[in-house]
Amino acid sequence: MSKVSITINGRAVQVDSGTTILEAAKAAGIDIPTFCHDPELTKAGACRICVVEVAGARNLPASCTTPVAEGMVIETESQRVINSRKTVLKLIWANHPQDCLVCEKTGSCRLQDYSYRYDITGSTYKGERKEIEFDDTNPFFFRDLNKCILCGKCIRKCHEVNGAGAIDFTFRGFDTKVTTAFDVPIEESSCVFCGMCVDICPVGALTPKQGLRQGRSFEVDRVLTTCAYCGCGCTFYLKVSNDKIIGVSPNFEGSLDGHMCVKGRFGWDYIDNDNRLKTPMIKKDGEFVEATWDEALTLVANKFKEVGAQYGADALAGLSSARATNEENYLFQKLFRSLGTNNVDHCARL
Amino acid sequence: MAGLATAFGSGAMTNTIGELEDAKMLFVIGSNTTENHPVIGYRVKMAVKKGAKLIVADPRYIELCDYANIFLQLKPGSNIALLNAMAHVIIKEGLEDKEFINSRTEGFKELKEAVEKYTPEYASKITGLPAEDIVRAARIYGEADAASILYTMGVTQHTTGTKNVMAIANLALLTGNMGKSGAGVNPLRGQNNVQGACDMGALPNVFTGYQRVADDEVRCKFAAAWGTELSAKPGLTVTEMFSGAENKDIRAMYVMGENPFISDPDTAHVAHCMNALDFLVVQDLFMTETAKFADVVLPAVSFAEKEGTFVNTERRIQKVNQALSPRGEARPDWKIIQGIAQKAGFDWNYTCAEDIFQEIVSLTPSYAGVSYDRLGKTGIHWPCPTEIHPGTPVLHMGKFTRGLGRFTAVEHADPAEMPDEEYPFMLTTGRILYHYHTGTMTRRSRGLSEIHKEELMELNPADAAALGLKECDLVNVISRRGSVKTKLKVTNRVPEGVVFMTFHFAETAVNLLTNSQVCPTAKIPELKVCAVRLEKA
Repeated sequence: MSKVSITINGRAVQVDSGTTILEAAKAAGIDIPTFCHDPELTKAGACRICVVEVAGARNLPASCTTPVAEGMVIETESQRVINSRKTVLKLIWANHPQDCLVCEKTGSCRLQDYSYRYDITGSTYKGERKEIEFDDTNPFFFRDLNKCILCGKCIRKCHEVNGAGAIDFTFRGFDTKVTTAFDVPIEESSCVFCGMCVDICPVGALTPKQGLRQGRSFEVDRVLTTCAYCGCGCTFYLKVSNDKIIGVSPNFEGSLDGHMCVKGRFGWDYIDNDNRLKTPMIKKDGEFVEATWDEALTLVANKFKEVGAQYGADALAGLSSARATNEENYLFQKLFRSLGTNNVDHCARL
Repeated sequence: MAGLATAFGSGAMTNTIGELEDAKMLFVIGSNTTENHPVIGYRVKMAVKKGAKLIVADPRYIELCDYANIFLQLKPGSNIALLNAMAHVIIKEGLEDKEFINSRTEGFKELKEAVEKYTPEYASKITGLPAEDIVRAARIYGEADAASILYTMGVTQHTTGTKNVMAIANLALLTGNMGKSGAGVNPLRGQNNVQGACDMGALPNVFTGYQRVADDEVRCKFAAAWGTELSAKPGLTVTEMFSGAENKDIRAMYVMGENPFISDPDTAHVAHCMNALDFLVVQDLFMTETAKFADVVLPAVSFAEKEGTFVNTERRIQKVNQALSPRGEARPDWKIIQGIAQKAGFDWNYTCAEDIFQEIVSLTPSYAGVSYDRLGKTGIHWPCPTEIHPGTPVLHMGKFTRGLGRFTAVEHADPAEMPDEEYPFMLTTGRILYHYHTGTMTRRSRGLSEIHKEELMELNPADAAALGLKECDLVNVISRRGSVKTKLKVTNRVPEGVVFMTFHFAETAVNLLTNSQVCPTAKIPELKVCAVRLEKA
């Protein structure tokens, strides 16, 4: 691939031809704000927050859709650029709730981050404001379309990655909103609740129902781990606060590009289900009675040894688990084989 | 897996999930990918949008059918007839990869003879498919530069399961679709760590890395490392363990993290067998239906409360990290097993999961180069024999694990139980998007249980009309082994004569109905076909 020489913020850099200004800047360690851009999705060039100044160009082009050209001289934070971004932010604020104090997105909201960066406290534009009913009908996430900035990333994710195609822009002009065909409730649409729209929303329009009021994004620990459901092996971050999981966020650097499904994204709350077994139990006269670990482990070991001594080791059998870790499966088969039998299997066949 | 081991020398997904997106041709058979492996399902759909051809073979109209060039709605249990007929057409039309067959395979002559009689017309009678669709599918698969086959339990959970897999392997060998990117034979594993449990030797005939217990040298290695004597006699499979319990050959059983009372076929028989045991230990997160039979129940922790590794369907070893403290007195499975071992007099002193992993690595050539430090954010594909080896995304490049790829001639055989006058419907079983296996986890998840609360058996509208049944009616589904009452969903997803149920719901435990007849080689039960009748409840 041929190389192109450009100058960004006074620095000469070489990039592959065909690269966008946004990508070139990122490679050079320069952050350009974006709302509607996602590296995995079709380029939209819709939000205009990523505009930059190109020497000799009449307008400020959107960096996410403009390819670099030989000799291009680019300024990403010139006064013209900053003024333009301020205007974009003020226009958004003209029609956006100012409830950051209680919004779950606070701390990970791009509108908030860029408002801070460009010193915007609200809007000087006065006009009509959206009044769309708050939607809490589906079991997994809230939809507050009054907060939606119409960047359209959720739509592209739904069509281009998931394939469900449950949502799109509907209506026109001021009435435009992202919703299902015929605006039916989302649970009656083709939505499969993968939650990828929730994770990609740059503002607080889509909020998981789990973990509400239990911690801001900057207050939680994030632990990278691997999903315990199907064999895809998606990796993700468990968001932990006060020894509780309060949410899941994708591992965009993982081998599956942060793609998720409903079970991995929302199906972890069984962990603190009230019916979790908390102590060992031994059945006495047909009823389970709580026991100490020492009692339970001693009983099991003694029974296994008794059976082995009386009927031979092949009278023992163990079902290991396709749900447990490698380390646990290894020890399980080691235990049975050490007891003298190869009667070890698991439910691979089911 | 036995089928793939025969054909190629190792039983695992040959290629990677990542390759699917840029595949040119995908043949999905017996896999409802978008519901059972959603994230892989996305890749299949993305590939089609990028221009890949897609063939779907399934008794049900699954979501991927919307994206398919050809949908082959075959009768349950007729996979071999379809696959052999595709091989027949490929050979007849000269679409086979002659150079690949000559240089990298053996047994082609036997295959050619065996598929001679499987004309599209002959297969059409068995599968119920139009002969011309079989021809078109064979051409699309045979003409592709690289074609990938994805399959799951729709292929394996039959009494002919191993032969079905061999028939798939035959197609891939015939067309040279092995050992290259975007191709291969790809069984999608249904559970987070089935691959790992197999790799770790949680199987009756092998230690870790598929090293055979009957091999003296291997056994000596493990005996020396473990400081114990080891039996050379391969053990029993799940199904054999239960029948062993029934006739008192098996006296004590330890079940870790499984719920066979719901997941195994012919549940009434499973219950009978578990009751026959002198002693049963169950280790789980919850008081499962199986745990209720136990003498001792040991509380284990969830994946979020422990450290270790899982291996996903594409052989990628990945890290599991602890996020939460164990709930109550519950312990990670490895600590519990070690506790029993210590009480039984074994000198085990692992202080953490990594200690165990290091022992695995030291005894397992295909894992020899892996360490926790190397797994990072993306994991490593085994085989990874040395510390500088990058891992192996695509298997069988240049050479099969067993040397030459092996064709095996296989013949169609009807499922063990076919519909008749008394039981006129074929019942096939599987999973849906919102639930997982026996529902132990998903039915205790608020959102998932809210969006899909109960079984909705799928029945074709024509059959519903004939029986005077309508949507949401309750019906008794009756097989030779049992009866369950379920709610109905009237839908064209299933063809006439076929009904579909999941095994997620204990109150409509479908495995009371299913047949425990197994594939003689792999011992996989025929969960995909049994005969039932319906009665309005």
